[in-house]
Amino acid sequence: MLSLPRPVHDQMVAYCLVGLPDEACGLLGGNPGTGEAVTCYPTRNLAASAKLYTVDPKEHLRADRDAEAGGNSIIGVFHSHTHTEAYPSPTDVDQAPDPGWHYVLVSLRDTQPVVRSYRIVDGLITEEPVRLLHR
Amino acid sequence: MPVKVNLPTVLRSQAGGAKTVSVDGATVGEVLRALQSEYPGLSGQVVDDDGTMHKFVNVYLNDDDVRYLSALDTPVGDADELSILPAVAGGAVGDRVPHFR
Repeated sequence: MLSLPRPVHDQMVAYCLVGLPDEACGLLGGNPGTGEAVTCYPTRNLAASAKLYTVDPKEHLRADRDAEAGGNSIIGVFHSHTHTEAYPSPTDVDQAPDPGWHYVLVSLRDTQPVVRSYRIVDGLITEEPVRLLHR
Repeated sequence: MPVKVNLPTVLRSQAGGAKTVSVDGATVGEVLRALQSEYPGLSGQVVDDDGTMHKFVNVYLNDDDVRYLSALDTPVGDADELSILPAVAGGAVGDRVPHFR
């Protein structure tokens, strides 16, 4: 399960909306043990594309250092799908870098953004619940 | 001389769970090859068998992506720190994504 404090969730969704018409991407810092995200790290999409994303490696390094300095880790990545549902594409699965991560999809296909989260282990996709923390 | 290498979470289990290891080498390539011989589980994960950098990892010397320096030939000193992170990419279509450069 992925736990998202409301401000983290909202920052992530807002960043995805601002990124239109391109896909937006970013990283989530938090506690790998509990699956609770504490920080949203919006990152530049180097691919600058409506269909692809590449997290800027320098911003990834900065986010990783910031998370580790706070006693956390990068626990996942989010990106938007601008015209498709919130489900990992074959490309997302092929390139999933860490089986311990949460893979969050924000679909902007419909009027209301849809946020879903997955684990991707050895090419197998498993959806997991997303719990919003209101605090 | 020993150089500090920060490992990403996905590779730590291959290095006994360590976040950071210390490895000898005078260039990025020497350090990474020494890392892989010390921890055979990492073989092919950072430097490919043909001696080039794995395309789905990014290696940084301090704050800089080594691909913008001299890649594996970049000299390193004992005050330097290497960090390895996975390349993070994907997309909505089924196309294979070329590496970002």
